[in-house]
Amino acid sequence: MSDTARHSPHHVDVKEFHPRAHEALHNPQIRQNFRKAMDGLMTKRKSAFEGWDLETLRDLGANVRMRALANLPDLLEQLEQKLTENSIKVHWAVDGDEACRIVRDICKARDAKTVIKGKSMVSEEMELNHYLKEQGIEALESDLGEYIVQLAEETPSHIIMPAIHKNTGEISKLLHEKTGTDLSNDVEYLTAAARLQLREKFMNADVGVSGVNFAVAETGTLCLVENEGNGRMTTTVPKCHIAVTGIEKVVPNLEDVSALLALLTRSATGQHITTYFNMISGPRKAEELDGPEEVHVVLVDNGRSSIYQDDELLDTLRCIRCGACMNHCPVYTRVGGHTYGTTYPGPIGKILMPHLIGLDEGRHLPSASSLCGACGEVCPVKIPIPDLLVRLRQESVDGDKLHPAKVRGHGAKRNAVEAMIWKGWSWMHAHPGAYRFGTNLAARFRMLQPGKMGSWTQFRTSPKLAPKTLHEQLKERGQ
Amino acid sequence: MADPIKLYPSKPSKVYFFGTCLVDMFYPDAGMAGIQLLEREGIEVIFPQDQTCCGQPAFTSGYHDEARAVARAQLGLFPEDYPIVVPSGSCGGMMRKHYPDLFKGTEDEVRAAEVAGRIWELTDFLLNVCHIKLKDAGEPTTVAMHTSCSARREMGVAEVGPKLLGQLDNVNLVEQVRAEECCGFGGTFAIRHPEISSAMVSEKVDALVDTGAREFVTTDCGCLMNIHGYAEKNQKAMSGQHILSFLWDRTGGDKGERS
Ligand code: SF4
Repeated sequence: MSDTARHSPHHVDVKEFHPRAHEALHNPQIRQNFRKAMDGLMTKRKSAFEGWDLETLRDLGANVRMRALANLPDLLEQLEQKLTENSIKVHWAVDGDEACRIVRDICKARDAKTVIKGKSMVSEEMELNHYLKEQGIEALESDLGEYIVQLAEETPSHIIMPAIHKNTGEISKLLHEKTGTDLSNDVEYLTAAARLQLREKFMNADVGVSGVNFAVAETGTLCLVENEGNGRMTTTVPKCHIAVTGIEKVVPNLEDVSALLALLTRSATGQHITTYFNMISGPRKAEELDGPEEVHVVLVDNGRSSIYQDDELLDTLRCIRCGACMNHCPVYTRVGGHTYGTTYPGPIGKILMPHLIGLDEGRHLPSASSLCGACGEVCPVKIPIPDLLVRLRQESVDGDKLHPAKVRGHGAKRNAVEAMIWKGWSWMHAHPGAYRFGTNLAARFRMLQPGKMGSWTQFRTSPKLAPKTLHEQLKERGQ
Repeated sequence: MADPIKLYPSKPSKVYFFGTCLVDMFYPDAGMAGIQLLEREGIEVIFPQDQTCCGQPAFTSGYHDEARAVARAQLGLFPEDYPIVVPSGSCGGMMRKHYPDLFKGTEDEVRAAEVAGRIWELTDFLLNVCHIKLKDAGEPTTVAMHTSCSARREMGVAEVGPKLLGQLDNVNLVEQVRAEECCGFGGTFAIRHPEISSAMVSEKVDALVDTGAREFVTTDCGCLMNIHGYAEKNQKAMSGQHILSFLWDRTGGDKGERS
């Protein structure tokens, strides 16, 4: 199979958003699992920030990320130089396919048959597991959530908690069927059982693949945040470690990491600190007892540099992948992560995915939001997500002469009828005389108002026109 | 999102009133109540008859040229330096927050920014500029309040409604669970994604009913239409009113006290 034609078995049609939403909304188990989990995460985040000046901290986080992005090309150069000095091999990939090939080539050079993987959203973006399988290399997820998702032959439904769509009972059943563990509702037992299976795999894996949370340009350090220790084992036990990361993850100095880390863990899971924080600054040195013999970094672009070209869309790249926007999104909470059909679901997915897959594919994403602003309110690096959604809606209908559309696939959602309706609407509301004539007429003949108004009245009664508009009432009052 | 610090003007003698298209056609009583509340505070209210709509529906749908044409038609209606009050967080947010961006790089840029700087959500204006004192003239009642997302997040007035209602001795204000969660209106969102929207509004109605109140008040006609319409269609014991109508009625209308 050629690289470009490759599709994972999980590949879903992004355009099928509506039917998937329908299914999820009618699945009480999914509704309940998400509601419960998201309520819990919201409460935890809130209490984690108690006693902090959250706004100041968010400003700090936003500034750190903005400063990093302002110098992105230079920082990447510096990062490459420092990593190389630290004996870490640097690779650049334009897209997911190239990144996959790079990983494959490193594996082939070592004659690797098994890969153990830490949690990495970029590797999901690349569909790395599936690719490696095609190449005869087995890739096993070591993060517990990712492992569950992999056993179920699914994709993650959340960027921090990949298996959040499943409850304990479902997980117990899955582990029992696939690995023979006993059925149990005891989370401790299930975790221990899965851990045991995974630990065995670690010992024999030829290559470890991980993501990166922050890459520090000044020192050439790769930072990795995690809770289970799997990430640590992934990056130390196998002889070869490959870190894959988006090019936007670079920050100038180590101090920047502390601000972002404080925001990341609290926003994501409500933790003050995580169990593990790994800082990788090179392969094993001669006198050291453990660590890999070689360390590689694959810096993946995959559409990011085109986001970088636009002053407004650039804000998308501030994201530190905490998932808080999903946890607080009323739409995500109702439909769950799989409905989106994209690697990154929820609010961040809606503003990031159109760049990765094009607006023709992802045309429904920007509109699937009530613009309530909850995402923007919680984002620890202050990404104006609602504003970016509006911008992408504009791109998806090619709706602005002043700013020519730029995003790949722009205009895909434009339809002649809708465009005509808005033109007419605009004309009427830009001509006060016509507006008053129309609204007065509507008020007068309100008895003729249709009882059914499309999808609105499917679930609600229709609003009733008042017998006299405010305009008329005030005119009579002499105002 | 919300302005971190708001510089409230001192109480003026005159204000412009921007009624919004939903108030105009569906809830003119809320508009009248707002105007009369202002008048009772001794403020002269100017209603430019040529106003239509703030342009938000087209704006959030991505049709910015169309939105700009409508918004431009409003920009010339407020020539004097009086505050412009709006009985809606959502239209207020559009005019205050989005007009400057919408007109950036056009010849109307300065005018749009100037108008934006004078926009106030009406309840915020009544409380924090007029320092209104409300005297309850109604029977004891229990109400819940839904503050729209734009009132809450774009206009930063989440505290205002409860404070105003708190001035009414006979009104017992009850808090719903997840008060800050969206009701699922979102303008054209309700029409483009009807099922998700209805899932949202059904939970909102449940949360309101669970408070034990039988009526709710809100800052925005969009939410009112959505929540009230859902409750009505599904025969839930919950009906809604714009907060301005509620305040006007409770304080005895014309006969109410002037502060
Ligand atoms: S957009 Fe903001 S809230 Fe959402 S994942 Fe990224 S950093 Fe977190």
